[in-house]
Amino acid sequence: MNAAALIVFAVCLVLVAALGIASGRWGRGDLATVEEWGLAGRRFGTLLSWFLIGGDFYTAYTLIAVPALVFGVGASGFFALVYTILVYPVVFLVMPRLWRVAKRRNYVTLADFTQGRYGNHWLTLAIAVSGILATVPYIALQLVGIQVAIGALGFTSTAGPLAAAFALLAVWDYSSGLRAPASVALVKDTMVYTFVLVAVIYIPARLGGYAHIFAAAGRALAARPTPGFLILPPGQYLSFATLALGSALAAFLYPHMAASVLSAKSDGVIRRNAVLLPSYTLLLGLIALLGYMAIAAGVQVSNNNNAVPALLLRMLPGWFAGFCFAAIAIGGLVPAAIMAISASSLFTRSIYRRYLRPGLAPAAETAISKRVSLLLKLGALAFVLYGKPAFVINLQLLGSIWILQSFPAIVFGLYRRRWHPLALLAGWIAGMIAGTAMAWSQGIAVLYPLHLFGHTYSAYAAIDALALNLAVALALAPFCRRLARAAGNDETDPLDYEDPLPELAPAKA
Amino acid sequence: MQVPRSRRRRWHALLALPFVALLWLPLYARATPALWGVPFFYWYQFAWVLGSALITALVYARTRAPRP
Repeated sequence: MNAAALIVFAVCLVLVAALGIASGRWGRGDLATVEEWGLAGRRFGTLLSWFLIGGDFYTAYTLIAVPALVFGVGASGFFALVYTILVYPVVFLVMPRLWRVAKRRNYVTLADFTQGRYGNHWLTLAIAVSGILATVPYIALQLVGIQVAIGALGFTSTAGPLAAAFALLAVWDYSSGLRAPASVALVKDTMVYTFVLVAVIYIPARLGGYAHIFAAAGRALAARPTPGFLILPPGQYLSFATLALGSALAAFLYPHMAASVLSAKSDGVIRRNAVLLPSYTLLLGLIALLGYMAIAAGVQVSNNNNAVPALLLRMLPGWFAGFCFAAIAIGGLVPAAIMAISASSLFTRSIYRRYLRPGLAPAAETAISKRVSLLLKLGALAFVLYGKPAFVINLQLLGSIWILQSFPAIVFGLYRRRWHPLALLAGWIAGMIAGTAMAWSQGIAVLYPLHLFGHTYSAYAAIDALALNLAVALALAPFCRRLARAAGNDETDPLDYEDPLPELAPAKA
Repeated sequence: MQVPRSRRRRWHALLALPFVALLWLPLYARATPALWGVPFFYWYQFAWVLGSALITALVYARTRAPRP
């Protein structure tokens, strides 16, 4: 065990824990309301939103898994870079519209929006359930990321530190709601930027430069029993493109991403951040290159996830490696806290209040949300401690397929209401079943070889399932309109979606 | 004054560029021309991180309502 690394790691985490607890007092607000607890009162300006969304999107698991994938397979792992480039044009176009209607109608979650837009509680239930199902394994994956960082420090048993991380998350949620991860995100992002910028300058200098790293990685990948590729071969074009596109379309449908966007102060904050957030994408690309550095350095690991920690330990001074691991661990705490908050808001508002306890008072709603958030985190902890890591990863892969199935109801719903809620629900069910079956038939893998017209197209199952989802929704719409004339009540007004907000428009004299 | 919707739409169409440039793999899935030893496949993607941000910035500047 490296004493310097351990001390730096521990000091960073204690400081961050205190900061998260203290942040509950930050900015006036009654933390007993869900809007204050779960969205921090929608008061974040451009800079804070930049830290929060960046801290939420580029998670501990990203910091570990993306370079691990590049280490394992080479070029195809870079779909993550393309995905995090393409996500921002989508955010720029779609999210300000969502923000405006959510602000105007007091929507806290995406399911609140579909309920208001379509007035159909079955569709809302579908959106809420897929959001929760996709989020819980994602929380567990953050704990896996933290576990990797702790394991690299030399702990043989990670149960104790993980339980401590869990307790910290629980205290944050209770004391401060979304304010805790937002303030910690400031520290986390600064640490991750430092870690990556130092690593991508210092390590290549020791390894003999980037040209050498790419050449050595290319040779090593080609010599493997299952060869990897430095340049993407044509057979992987379709899977690369569909993985990038599907992930970019799905990213902001996750409840935690929606929450961090809806906590912005204005729609302009979101548009400006679509311009500024790619700075994190640059960082992600550099992190992915760490995978090649690990190959070039000749790192040997039993599990690819340990490749980057092993590289850092070998190449960097002990105290700085400790700093890097602390950055990764805190990088897991921030999104895990937001995930738990947003998934529990979904449950309380769209399931508990609707089916179990109608007419719940706002203060009671927050109290229930906090308890549910605790349960979700306990579930995630149990997953990690008692389940197999492969199981958690599989669930998260399935979750990425499931979450994209809410795209038609939410994104198309933001533009026009020609879509019938029952047709959308039928499409959602078809997409969920088909997507799950496709992944299942491949032993839970996200790529599915589709046989069409004598060719085999290996593509991201979420995209295939989305195509089916849309086809079903379109085909059934006329029947649904005839069968059920009442298409549900749309409480939103076309003006709710446009800028500037009606109440901000200059009053006529 | 609000930027007219039809003009906003035309600016928004620019945002399709990064999608074409990055999802059409035959454009860039190759090793040359390398830049400082970095294969084309990689530096092209890194260049598009900046390119896409600049395009979004341009669209933002051209479509936002002037401050009152």
